[in-house]
Amino acid sequence: MKIAVPVKFVPDLVEEITIDPSGTALDTTWLRLIINEFDDHAVEQAILLKEKAGGQVSVLAAEAEGVDDFLFASAAKGADQLVKLTGDFSTVNNHALARAFADLLKKGKPDLILTGVQAHNDLDGSVGPLLAENLGMPYVGYVAGITPASDKVIARKEYSGGLVAEIEVKLPAVLGIQAAEKPPRYIAYSKIRQVMGTAKIETSPIAGLDTSGGTSVSRMFQPEVTQRATMLEGSPVDIADKLVGIFKELGVL
Amino acid sequence: MEITLSPLSSSVSKVFINSVYELKDGERIKTCLQCGTCSGVCPFGYFMKFPPGKIIGAIRADIFDQVLKTDTLWMCVSCNACAAFCPSNIPITAALMTRTKEEMLLAGNIPTELQSALENTQRYGNPLGESPRKRSDWTIGIQPEVNLLAKTRQPVDVLWYVGDYASYHLRMQSATKAFAKILNVLGVKFGILGPEEYSDGDSQRLAGERGLFEMMAQKNSQAFRKYKFQEIITTDPHAFNALKNEYPVLGVSYPVRHYTQFLAERLEQIKPLLKKEIKARIAYHDPCYLGRVNGVFDEPRTLLAAIPGVELVEMSHQRLNSLCCGGGGGGMWLDGFQWEKVHTRLSEWRVREAVAAKADILAVACPYEPPRFEDAVKTIQAASQLKIKEIAELLAESMDV
Repeated sequence: MKIAVPVKFVPDLVEEITIDPSGTALDTTWLRLIINEFDDHAVEQAILLKEKAGGQVSVLAAEAEGVDDFLFASAAKGADQLVKLTGDFSTVNNHALARAFADLLKKGKPDLILTGVQAHNDLDGSVGPLLAENLGMPYVGYVAGITPASDKVIARKEYSGGLVAEIEVKLPAVLGIQAAEKPPRYIAYSKIRQVMGTAKIETSPIAGLDTSGGTSVSRMFQPEVTQRATMLEGSPVDIADKLVGIFKELGVL
Repeated sequence: MEITLSPLSSSVSKVFINSVYELKDGERIKTCLQCGTCSGVCPFGYFMKFPPGKIIGAIRADIFDQVLKTDTLWMCVSCNACAAFCPSNIPITAALMTRTKEEMLLAGNIPTELQSALENTQRYGNPLGESPRKRSDWTIGIQPEVNLLAKTRQPVDVLWYVGDYASYHLRMQSATKAFAKILNVLGVKFGILGPEEYSDGDSQRLAGERGLFEMMAQKNSQAFRKYKFQEIITTDPHAFNALKNEYPVLGVSYPVRHYTQFLAERLEQIKPLLKKEIKARIAYHDPCYLGRVNGVFDEPRTLLAAIPGVELVEMSHQRLNSLCCGGGGGGMWLDGFQWEKVHTRLSEWRVREAVAAKADILAVACPYEPPRFEDAVKTIQAASQLKIKEIAELLAESMDV
């Protein structure tokens, strides 16, 4: 089975996030990027599938700071092909990224495409369904387990309330990964260093960015202090009395 | 039917033991008497499927691959007690246990809890996963201002390697600030690296991540080379051990002392400054990598004894036979794992010893310890009155700075 895992990098929230002077985007001066956690799980799931049923795993990412290290680490985990999309991604959104991935995947013709179900900076939908639309493939999201079966897979999809559905999906298909069957594995740094000397990252220039269909941001801002909260003060008994009074006033008691 | 006696082909056991022979004093492992002292003195030896002596036995029986399949070796806190009491002077912690952990890590046999600390170190240069840019945020408000070398570029007498927990851990920052104030009072010309400082990597190394340790050493070395200083002092025994014993092997060699050594040398200058009485019975906990591994036992006690009002008492485990707080060798990042395995903590054991010694204060000199011991105090009723203090905090309190 040929498995492709298109991944994206997102702002690392360990660093302070600031808004740039335009007020519509993040200030990228101090921004550090990190692999989207769900995409990390998608890579792990692909490797687990390969270990279970054989196959070839390709990991695809748009060029950014830290992407090479991530691709090499993926190779150390067991990925066979590393592809980096190159070009100007300064105005990228998920619509454009999905189109760029689709152009490449149309050539690669994978049987199964795994990608993170979401990312914290998804402003215009998540990549998975957009990609499926561009490729004319079925999509199942919130997947937390995959069993391969010849020309199809059984995807375990998570619903709220602890419900799980097993869905048979005909290949080729795109699956949005909620969690890999096991947490992403640790690779010793010496192993990554070794792979850096042997693995090769293929580069694939993009034709251009087509961002149409996406959103346009009119204002981006930090959470603002409002006056909606009332602090009750006094002894616990006083506070309880006041609280009961408020509940009565609101008609909930 | 023919029976083949011990295979002469290269086995996992043989390949492994040859790699141990290559380490410093590694060949001493051949002199193991199988006396079992190491397994007996090991604080978790009773639980390990393969305590140190049994690992050596497994290698000799050519079944080392079985050791790699177990996970109880991750209970090893690299406290060096096994090596300290080995009658054959085998470097059990430094060579055998650490090499075994390296093999387990390469094989992917590693608890998830530990994984995130290592990933954080790789990405952020500290196991806590904090922003490298905030490494010197603890200095805010200290007067005179702490000299950040990247900013001032002034030559200094002392480069203070602060370390991960001393820089970031909210509990430890009070001890770190106390030491900065002491240096200011003593008029020491010192500087710190701030965001240019990386984890010393020693606990990661002892948890089997040698490659990561080397990367940290290289990054710190780049920062050291940029500035002029006479010596390095550090508040972290793990950094002290790395800088003293491990970095020189990688070609990174600077004179280094633990802060208690640095201060003990200035005792005559410090004594008149210790004005405020601290009326307390104080038990001192020897950190593994200050005491047992590097032989610094007296200086911390000398400093504590100089504080007026202090009565020093000893716990049953002390000096060479000190008991690990549980944080070494990756234990700092395996709390849940250790609890799941044995339902007890070494820090709790230690706190009970302090109570038995009728101590009011348990004094420490390692940034791993206050958070660990304070957590233990919360779970042991008899210890509810016990206070945990860094030596620097007690000195600063007595100096009233």
